[in-house]
Amino acid sequence: MAAESMTGRETGTPLVKRGLAEMLKGGVIMDVVTPDQAKVAEDAGAVAVMALERVPADIRRDGGVARMSDPEMITGIQEAVTIPVMAKARIGHFVEAQILEALDVDYIDESEVLTPADEAHHIDKWAFTVPFVCGATNLGEALRRISEGACMIRSKGEAGTGNIVEAVRHLRSIIGDIRKITQADSAELYDWAKHLRAPLPLVREVAETGWLPVPMFCAGGISTPADAGLVMQLGAEAVFVGSGIFKSADPAPRAKAIVEAATNYRDPHILAKVSRGLGEPMPGLEIDGLETRLADRGW
Amino acid sequence: MKVGVLALQGAFGLHERVLNRLGVAAVQVRTPQELAEVDRLVIPGGESTAISKLLDANGLADPLADRLADGLPVLGTCAGLILLAAEVVDGYPGQHCFGAVDVAVRRNGYGRQSESFSAPIEVEGWESDFPGVFIRAPVIESASPDVDVLAELDGAPVLCRQGSTVVSSFHPELAEDDRIHRWFVEQDWSTGHRWFTGHE
Repeated sequence: MAAESMTGRETGTPLVKRGLAEMLKGGVIMDVVTPDQAKVAEDAGAVAVMALERVPADIRRDGGVARMSDPEMITGIQEAVTIPVMAKARIGHFVEAQILEALDVDYIDESEVLTPADEAHHIDKWAFTVPFVCGATNLGEALRRISEGACMIRSKGEAGTGNIVEAVRHLRSIIGDIRKITQADSAELYDWAKHLRAPLPLVREVAETGWLPVPMFCAGGISTPADAGLVMQLGAEAVFVGSGIFKSADPAPRAKAIVEAATNYRDPHILAKVSRGLGEPMPGLEIDGLETRLADRGW
Repeated sequence: MKVGVLALQGAFGLHERVLNRLGVAAVQVRTPQELAEVDRLVIPGGESTAISKLLDANGLADPLADRLADGLPVLGTCAGLILLAAEVVDGYPGQHCFGAVDVAVRRNGYGRQSESFSAPIEVEGWESDFPGVFIRAPVIESASPDVDVLAELDGAPVLCRQGSTVVSSFHPELAEDDRIHRWFVEQDWSTGHRWFTGHE
């Protein structure tokens, strides 16, 4: 919620919330489960960490209900690093979000990786001072989340699989539809709004600017420097790496390599150099063999 | 004139957009060769720890220090200010600070994201305020007498100049106001400093 103080300072405005997402561009946001992992991420050059109890690969393996992390664990990570700390709330669980805001996290991820708390509604994100990032598999979903107040979109991919194919599908879907909309005439935009189930003013804005009104990052399945290069060349503005770092054989050098890949994503010589000798990546999963598709969560 | 924007990480795209709006050709700088070809440089906001490490990874730390020592005109915003400062109080171990402007800064001195804010900034000699946007911004805790403090907020400098180095703790690239960028690109730094009055 935006507020203005006596001295004319305004906090929580859309620009201030989007501003932090702008500062994270070109960077890597890493999932961490302990303060030690958070230090490894910061030392490798992460622009932010996502504090959570289990990485998506473990959530997938363990099953059951996945919830917001223990505040003690989030606070421990906040004390360990100086970079922004994000945390996840369940879809629609606005009280988990209130708690995360009270903990002073820098960004809340309303995330399909956790078990949804509401099967029809997402959180009204305008009601918060802390900014939100939400996942999307297509342009309509992205615009619905933005209409609810999300200040950053991440393409969902399929978290915890180490398989990039779904991230690529979602990015291509979102960016492909943006390209088509920029070619549409004004009458066609009404149909696009209906087809995307998205507010007409946001569809018009996309048509005029050729991009979402907020930054778009990529998540779900990134486990190598080449994966980071792929999604950045496709148009992602930064990357989230979940299980891909701390489920690999040697996390620290891999983390550093993915950071360098996100910066030098157009230079195959640098990508070749940083990809050398990183050890085993996380074991991957075929999408067709999955019991639960996390990307299907969200409405 | 070729204006470079350090494009290792952060809001470099927004700086390019402002420069393009001003009709200036902006180029992204990621390598020593690209740095060698620019006449002016913008160091954007972002995470100063990440940018500092990427300067090392891309072999830019020494060439940048050399060019700054030679008087390369440079505009640093937020993380850019931290990298150009003489001292980072409670800084990250090994973080670069190139000392192009004699100020001491504290990272995240204005607090976490919940305390990020926008506020009108009164700039010396300007007819109207500049819309300042502060995102987990660094505080300038002290500035040497050699530094021109061009704007303050609640007693702390927020926009400074020393020689051909201009720094702000806020993000002019997030504002729909091009005056700071215009001053930085239009000023003839070789003939000394002339303060821009903020209007045509």
